Amino acid sequence: MASNAPPPPPAVRSAGPPAPPTGPTRRTGRARRPGTGPRHGRGDRAALALMLGVPALLVVGLVWLPAMATVLLSFTRWDGIGGLETIEWIGVQNYTDAFTIYPPFEPALRNNLVWLVVLFTVPTLLGMFLAVLLDREMRGGSVYRSIFYLPVVLSLALIGFVWQLIYSRDQGLLNAFLALVSDAPAVDWFGNPDINLYAVLVAAGWRHTGYIMLLYLAGLKAVDPSLREAAAIDGAGPVRTFTRVVFPALLPVNLVVVVVTVIDALRAFDIVWIINRGRNGLELISALVTSNVIGEASRVGFGSALAVVMLVISLVFIVVYVSTMLRGAHR
Amino acid sequence: MTATTLPESPDREARSPAPGRPARRRIRPARALLHAFLVVTALAWLFPVLWAVVNSFRDYDYTALHGYLSLGGFTLDNYADAWTQGELPGYFLNSLVITVPAVLLTLFLSSCAAFVLSSYSRRFNLVMLAVFLAANLLPPQALLVPLFRLYNAIPLPYWISESGSLYDSHLGVVLIHTAFQIGFCTFVLSNFMKAMPTSLLEAARVDGATVFQQYRKVVLPLCRPSLAALATLLVTWIYNDFFWALALLSSGDKLPITTALQNLQSAFFVDYNLLSAGSVIVALPTLVVFFVLQRHFVAGLTLGASKG
Repeated sequence: MASNAPPPPPAVRSAGPPAPPTGPTRRTGRARRPGTGPRHGRGDRAALALMLGVPALLVVGLVWLPAMATVLLSFTRWDGIGGLETIEWIGVQNYTDAFTIYPPFEPALRNNLVWLVVLFTVPTLLGMFLAVLLDREMRGGSVYRSIFYLPVVLSLALIGFVWQLIYSRDQGLLNAFLALVSDAPAVDWFGNPDINLYAVLVAAGWRHTGYIMLLYLAGLKAVDPSLREAAAIDGAGPVRTFTRVVFPALLPVNLVVVVVTVIDALRAFDIVWIINRGRNGLELISALVTSNVIGEASRVGFGSALAVVMLVISLVFIVVYVSTMLRGAHR
Repeated sequence: MTATTLPESPDREARSPAPGRPARRRIRPARALLHAFLVVTALAWLFPVLWAVVNSFRDYDYTALHGYLSLGGFTLDNYADAWTQGELPGYFLNSLVITVPAVLLTLFLSSCAAFVLSSYSRRFNLVMLAVFLAANLLPPQALLVPLFRLYNAIPLPYWISESGSLYDSHLGVVLIHTAFQIGFCTFVLSNFMKAMPTSLLEAARVDGATVFQQYRKVVLPLCRPSLAALATLLVTWIYNDFFWALALLSSGDKLPITTALQNLQSAFFVDYNLLSAGSVIVALPTLVVFFVLQRHFVAGLTLGASKG
C-alpha cells in the first residue's frame, strides 16, 4: 500500500489539506465510501506535491537555476566545451572588457535604448490613440480593431521576412516607388547602417502598436462609465476628460504597457537576426549574447556577462510588474 | 464589460437618420474625420500583408520584366514551388511536433499548479506565483549557456533523440517552452480559480473526491474558457518562436518552420514572389488563429493586463 503512495517531501507537508493523516484502517469522517478513506490523506498529499512540484521543478530547474548559473559564469573565462574544471575565475574582467574593449557593445546598448525610446514614442502613443478612438460603438469598429491587431499574430521573424518585400534595394516596393518620383540612387534600407535600425523599427512598431491598442482597449472597457459621465456633466471636453479622468484611471494598464514595452525592447532579437544576425547597424544586446555563445568564438563567460546586463535591466521591471500583478490578484 | 454596454449617446445621434437636428450637424464632420483617419491608417496597416499576398500570386518573369508596380502575370505556381523547394512539409511537421505537446503540457501543468496554489497552498501562494510569473519575463538569452550545457549533459535513449541527449531534440524544445510559459498560465488560471465559489470544492470533498478528482472533475471543466484563450495564445507564441529552436537544435532538418525561415531565405534567394508565397504559407496557421479564434486570442492577451 505504501508502495503506490510515496510520502510527500517535508516542504509540501504544511501545504496539504487540513485533514490529519489517518491510520491504515480507520477512515476519517470526510470520506464517505469505505475503502477510499485509508488512502485518502496520503494519496492526496502525494497528488498535491506532484501537482505543484513538477511544474515548480521545471520552472526552477530550466529557468531560474540556469539564470543564476549565468550570473556565476559571467565572472569566469570558459570556452564552454571543456569540463567544468576548466572554468577560470576572473572576477569582473568580462564586465570591464565589455564596457572598454568590445566595440559592438556600445552601439548595442545605444540601439536597445533607441529601440525602447522609439517604441515608447510612436507605437505606444499611436496604440493608445487608436484604442481611445475605437473604444466606442461605431460602424466597422471591429473591422478596424482586427486590422490593427493583425500583425500581432505574426512572428517577428516572419515580419522581418515580409518587410523585405518593401525594403529590398533592388526589388522592394519602396525603392520602386521612390524611383518614380526622384532620381536619387536606390537606398539599401536594411543594409545601410545609418538607417536600417529605423527601417526595422517601423516593422517592429507596426506589430507593437496593435498589441498596445489591445491592452488599452481592455483597460478602457474596465473604466467606470460614471467617471466619464461625471466629467461630461462638469463640462469637460473629450481631451480633458481623457487626460484628467480616464488616463489616471488606467494606471494598472499603463504599468503593464511600460513593462511590456521595456521587456520587448530588451528581448528584441528575431527580426534583426533574420535580417543580418545583428550586425552592421543592427547590434542588439540579445544578438551579441547569442553570437558570443552559439557563434564560432564561443566566449561563454563574456557572453554571460552581456546576458547579465540584460538580466539586471529586465529584473528591475519584472519586479515592478510582478508586484503590481500580484497586488491586484491578492485583492 | 463589452463596448456595447458603454453609454455613448453622441454616436447614436450621429448615426440616426433623422435630419435637421442641431446636434447632428455639429458632430458629423468630426465623425467623418474620424472614419477618414481610421480608413487611411487601417489601409496602411494592412498594406504590407496585402502586398505579400498579391505578389505571391504573380509570376516572377512577369514582375522582373514589368516591375512590381505593374498589374498582371497572375499564377498559382509560386505556392507549389515554395512548398516543394522550401521543403516546407517537413518544417511544418517539426512545428507541429513541438507546438502541440508543448501547449498541452503547459496547460496541464499550469492548471495543476494553479489548482494547488488557489485552493490549498495559501501560505506559499504569493511567493510561488512570483517565482512562476517572473520566469516568464526573463530574457531567454540569459539562460542560454547553462541550459546548453545542461541539455548536453542529459542523456536520452536513441529512439527519443538521435543526438543521444536533450540537446538537438524536439523534447528539449518542448520542455523549455513549457517551463517558460507555465508562469503566465499559472498566474492567469489561479486568478480564475480563486474567483470560483469554494462551495463546489467543499461539496466534492464531502463526497470523498480525491484531490486529483476535484481538479479533474470540478475545477478543470469550469476553466474551459480560460483554457481555450490560453491555448490559442500559446499555439501562436510557440509556433512563432524563433530563438529556442535556433539555440537548442543543431540539425537543420529538425527546425520548426519559423526558425527555418533563415534557411528559406537562401532557398528562395532573389525570387521575391516565391518568398511572398512562402511567407503566406508560414503565416497560415497564425492567420487561422486571427480569423477563427480571434475572440480567444484577444481574451488571452488581455487576461493578464485587465487584472491588477
